[in-house]
Amino acid sequence: MSTRRVVGPFNRVEGDLEITLEIERGRIAAAYVNSPLYRGFEQILQGKVPADALVLVPRICGICSVAQSAASALALADAAGIAPPPNGRLAANLTLAAENMADHLTHFYLFFMPDFAHADYATRPWHATIAERFRATTGSAPNQILPARARFMQMMGLLAGKWPHTLAVQPGGSTRPLQSSEIFRLHRTLREFRQFLETVTFGARLEDVAAITSRAQLEAYRTGAGGGDLRTFLAIADDIDLWHLGRGTDRFMSYGCYQEEDRRLFPAGLWHGAAEAFDVAAIQEDISHAWYAAAGLPQHPAAGSTLPVEEKDGAYSWCKAPRLAGQVVETGALARQVVAGHPLARDMIGGCGGSVAARVVARLLELSLVLPAMERWLNQLAPGEPWCISAQPADETSGVGLVEAARGSLGHWITVRRGRIHNYQIIAPTTWNFSPRDAQGQPGALEQALAGLPASDTETLPAAIHHVVRSFDPCMVCTVH
Amino acid sequence: MNLLWLQSGGCGGCTLSWLGSGHGSLFHELKDEGIELLWHPSVSEAGVDEARALIEQCADGRVAVDVLCIEGSLLRGPRGTGGFHRFGGGAQPMIEWVRQIASRARHVVAIGSCSSWGGITAAGINPTDACGLQYDGEAAGGLLGPDFRDHGGLPVINVAGCPPHPDWITETLAMLAHGRLRAEHLDDFGRPRFFADQLVHHGCPRNEYYEFKASAEKSSDQGCLMEHLGCGGTQAHADCNQRLWNGEGSCLRGGYACIRCTEPGFEEPGHPFESTPKVAGIPIGLPSDMPKAWFIALAALSKSATPTRVRENAHSDHLLRAPSVKRTKR
Repeated sequence: MSTRRVVGPFNRVEGDLEITLEIERGRIAAAYVNSPLYRGFEQILQGKVPADALVLVPRICGICSVAQSAASALALADAAGIAPPPNGRLAANLTLAAENMADHLTHFYLFFMPDFAHADYATRPWHATIAERFRATTGSAPNQILPARARFMQMMGLLAGKWPHTLAVQPGGSTRPLQSSEIFRLHRTLREFRQFLETVTFGARLEDVAAITSRAQLEAYRTGAGGGDLRTFLAIADDIDLWHLGRGTDRFMSYGCYQEEDRRLFPAGLWHGAAEAFDVAAIQEDISHAWYAAAGLPQHPAAGSTLPVEEKDGAYSWCKAPRLAGQVVETGALARQVVAGHPLARDMIGGCGGSVAARVVARLLELSLVLPAMERWLNQLAPGEPWCISAQPADETSGVGLVEAARGSLGHWITVRRGRIHNYQIIAPTTWNFSPRDAQGQPGALEQALAGLPASDTETLPAAIHHVVRSFDPCMVCTVH
Repeated sequence: MNLLWLQSGGCGGCTLSWLGSGHGSLFHELKDEGIELLWHPSVSEAGVDEARALIEQCADGRVAVDVLCIEGSLLRGPRGTGGFHRFGGGAQPMIEWVRQIASRARHVVAIGSCSSWGGITAAGINPTDACGLQYDGEAAGGLLGPDFRDHGGLPVINVAGCPPHPDWITETLAMLAHGRLRAEHLDDFGRPRFFADQLVHHGCPRNEYYEFKASAEKSSDQGCLMEHLGCGGTQAHADCNQRLWNGEGSCLRGGYACIRCTEPGFEEPGHPFESTPKVAGIPIGLPSDMPKAWFIALAALSKSATPTRVRENAHSDHLLRAPSVKRTKR
């Protein structure tokens, strides 16, 4: 005998989220994730000139705005058959990295950690300290983090004019040439942020965090001196065992990101216990449980469509169900680092698979990996050399743009006919992670991660469910778009 | 003064912009101005059942709301049902919650161009029948109707922008908290005049290029973006080049056109965003308050008077010629 419980609105996630739980004997027998907001960007884009996508797509999302710009710029560059000059490529890396790093920080401090201040944990020995530090809006951490984040985002003022919603990221490079004194100012801002992270977040040098290769070394770091909020989190993770919470599919995908001269800083790939062949052509979107009409069969996004319908049997979300060769995959910082082969990321999933703790640690690990790369990119900028070349896509063409947003793999597929956008399909990271079931009945990654957790239909929702949901750093506005 | 913030059919970018406020912690700023957050979906502690209960109480009057802030367009579709956006945890469409709470709130503030006029969500075929709280594009109406007035007699206050500058939001709220925002402080479109009585053109660092119509021809050129690249800064109401973004930025400083994002209907300019429509070589969209004949005459004159330095720099991504140095004779 099971009962159903509709849970929402989830807060401290970007956008709207509702989950229906099927509860049996005190446990979640099945979870159904609903993205309850549809705006229709893929319909809005049809008929526009291709370059207008650069204005429209960042506005899909306020938190992954630059990631959307970057995917669109890559798709348009692909369609036009061009590549930006080195300065343009480096500026794009820096802009995307600045957004991704700010997102990791925002997620940890503003979205994820406040849950531990909740009264659910009042009996834990750490509760009073954690509540003082992480309580939403009034804790010392959110109030310390906001000014530091704003200071760091001044990089966006220089690199991109403003954030969110810039037009600086173009298929041919960057609209914002930087002069030497401005590059110097960016260095200063990065240095300040590095110092903040090393003092407040890690209590250690970034290089020392990046060099942690195993759970055992992570434990040695935790018990070491130096303080920092990561150590605090690790202590909680051990105490309430966040290492065995929220296991998903353990099939991890990354499109790879941050283009260097001849490779991406983090490569693309698929990992399922070992590296597996990864083929973007094997992506299909299934709409069997989403409110859309279509020919029926799952389609590759280059041939996909978006036709909303009001009623449909079996549908429970505006989110489509993307699958890679028919399989559910998880995407995000953990997936990115597992695919890239970071030893700590691989070790964290070695024993108990993907978990709340591993996802959170992977995000902070990325801060320690990407900031030094940003310093390197700044050093490679060459004032006086070109920043942007002109792009004119043909009247009949198509292109694809694949990037990694903070929360995972983002893809844009564009088809141009008679000089206008004929079709534009987007698959966002949370479309993968929070997808509904497909025609085979396979639940999405979060739906799998929630199954089996304790829950009741009358009592307050257990904090563990909040941890699992937020561990994916969902962005619901991107999910459906 | 308490504040309830709800996100309707938008991207959350107004909130993210707001969190980037450059005056210390935003949460401290609010406290200092006497503003208490009842609930905000992105930052508040309360979730699911607790949040739902609070919002129900706001809707039925058990909790008095001083300021209701709405971010994102109001989605009326499909067929007027509001079904494209049901607020999490229930079947009721977001537009119903907004109607109910707006009728009780002391003030209603539209945060961003989506809730002001419809914005980007209303672009193209407007698949969701998106509109603003009190405007549908330039037409008064929207979700709440042209005659809506709050309990103090104010219309919806439109903190337009895609996104708005963090200070536009905070300063509007502070004015309300201090009882210092009256009808005469709003312009014809309900925008607070402290930022809407300026033009983006004011303080634009490309003004010398504008003066001589020394124009950029491609992205990353230093010249004026009005003639060829779609810049609407001479017609867009906002102080973006005086009150800078993220420390020292603005769209123009970032090297790209102003797309007039504080104006109703900006999402459908009737031409590609990054190109300037012209008739007989003359841009259709002239600077605000500028007679056409004078604009043509002055443009022709100033083009012929353009210094070589300005002309050459306009087509370059870095300074080719510095202003000459003059020595004072002794």
